[in-house]
Amino acid sequence: MTKYTFTEKKDTRSGFGAGLVEAARRNDKVVALCADLIGSLKMEAFIKEFPGRFTQVGIAEANMMGIAAGMSIGGEIPFTGTFANFSTGRVYDQIRQSIAYSGKNVKICASHAGLTLGEDGATHQILEDIGMMKMLPGMTVINPCDYNQTKAATIAIADFQGPVYLRFGRPVVPIFTGEDQVFEIGKAWMVNEGADVSIFATGHLVWEAIQAAEQLEEMGIKAEVVNIHTIKPLDELAVLKSVAKTRCVVSAEEHNRIGGLGDSIAQLLIKQDPVPQEFVATDDTFGESGKPAELMEKYGLNAASIVKAAQRAMQRK
Amino acid sequence: MSRELSIAGLEDLATQVRRDIVRMVHGCQSGHPGGSLGCTDFLVALYFKIMNHDTSFSMEGVNEDLFFLSNGHISPLLYAVLARSGYFDPAELSTFRKINSRLQGHPTTHEGLPGIRMSSGSLGQGLSVAIGAAITKKRRNETSLVFSLHGDGELQEGQIWEAALFAPAKKIDNLVVTIDVNGQQIDGSTNDVLSLGDLRAKWMAFGWEVIELEGNNMKEIVEALTFAKSRTFRGKPIVILMHTNMGHGVSFMTGSHKWHGIAPNDEQLNMALSELSSTLSDY
Repeated sequence: MTKYTFTEKKDTRSGFGAGLVEAARRNDKVVALCADLIGSLKMEAFIKEFPGRFTQVGIAEANMMGIAAGMSIGGEIPFTGTFANFSTGRVYDQIRQSIAYSGKNVKICASHAGLTLGEDGATHQILEDIGMMKMLPGMTVINPCDYNQTKAATIAIADFQGPVYLRFGRPVVPIFTGEDQVFEIGKAWMVNEGADVSIFATGHLVWEAIQAAEQLEEMGIKAEVVNIHTIKPLDELAVLKSVAKTRCVVSAEEHNRIGGLGDSIAQLLIKQDPVPQEFVATDDTFGESGKPAELMEKYGLNAASIVKAAQRAMQRK
Repeated sequence: MSRELSIAGLEDLATQVRRDIVRMVHGCQSGHPGGSLGCTDFLVALYFKIMNHDTSFSMEGVNEDLFFLSNGHISPLLYAVLARSGYFDPAELSTFRKINSRLQGHPTTHEGLPGIRMSSGSLGQGLSVAIGAAITKKRRNETSLVFSLHGDGELQEGQIWEAALFAPAKKIDNLVVTIDVNGQQIDGSTNDVLSLGDLRAKWMAFGWEVIELEGNNMKEIVEALTFAKSRTFRGKPIVILMHTNMGHGVSFMTGSHKWHGIAPNDEQLNMALSELSSTLSDY
């Protein structure tokens, strides 16, 4: 088993900010919009280097989505920036009609996703966004795991033709992936091979899954950890190959168990290769105020929860 | 394009487009004739006299004037004008709202119909889209313009006012927005459903240059649109409050919200066509 360590923790949103500048340097069609959250989305560096390619829309997310769709018609590649809640639920119909149904090349970049937004509480902590976005025909949904991967994903989606939902978070999390990685949209990343249980994790829960796998190893259980950074399109081959070995599954995500990554995997397996599956996700609930680590503990989204879920899944084999 | 068309020539085209509209809606027994007939004169003038556009359609529309229909339910009008302009064969108008057609009930890019750059139907989104397209043109230093059309009832959507606030604040002055002020919406008059108040004062207060015109007078439309073009690139976006009669051209449909979204029967179709008697050639 590869041992993953980290020397630094950083927020994934900063990975987005760094990736946006790099994408803009490589492609002069990249433009950005923000709805009064420049600091939160880490867009300062982009604005400094490319002031003419930035549009401050103000607190008007619906207008921002429409303007981005309009910009894309002329061949520009707009990246919109606001919180995940206001990037999805608040503007679902705008995204549905003006971006997804119209097939527009807009990159919807969403920060502060999930419970780890923390103290602001449930009004800002969306746990339904992956579900809403993956249900839109033609929408690609990406949820990278750390700073480096978020940066790489941001650069990659600029070269990808079509609407993309890119989801990242607020808190600092360990950086354990490579600095110069190539991000392949739709291709799962084998973090660690194993034989007893497959742990399919997304976002910063990949790190929790790695910690869980180390604890499981001490118990004599060999867990396979796969980073599903692209939730749609799902890397079905990677999932089926892993399950063929392990015969049981844990899905782990900072999202409602309804509509998230776990649902996508379950839908695939029930058709192709039914095996026991356990869900590490929120249990159809809204969040609440608190420190991120406290919330992850209370809602069962950490390494300890993944260990327990793996044991349950193996018992059901 | 037929840029040299006389007012009479434009009026003949408008009559043909109105024939197309009532026949399309009758053909599938579904659709929105009232607003379509009311805006016919405007859209004919725009496509046949005012806009610089290329019927060998490219999605990007670089250096072309672009038009966005925000109130997508008047799709029969847009389809008829696009077909009569040469974007596709008018014979295809017979497929309107039928299975496997490119002419969906509301306009879409999904079926690849030439001339359509944005899906619309869910109201209130088109002004933002037009602004986005206008920003891109300005960034490219284009001198071409962006036009859009909206229903007055559509102004009840909040997104319109987000966009209305934005465009003057950011000096989007290559944009000509048109509101079809026919005073009608599905449930009745706009005054009864949710009064829009003093529209001129509202748009002016937001910082727009406001032009008003009679939307069923071809000469006045051409003059007003020509004037609007002359006012572009002067620091302000332009909005045209266009006063129309819903159902204009067909006497029994005129002025009533009842013809917002229903189709004529065989007898009503014949009555309508007898009033729109001169034809250039039906599809």
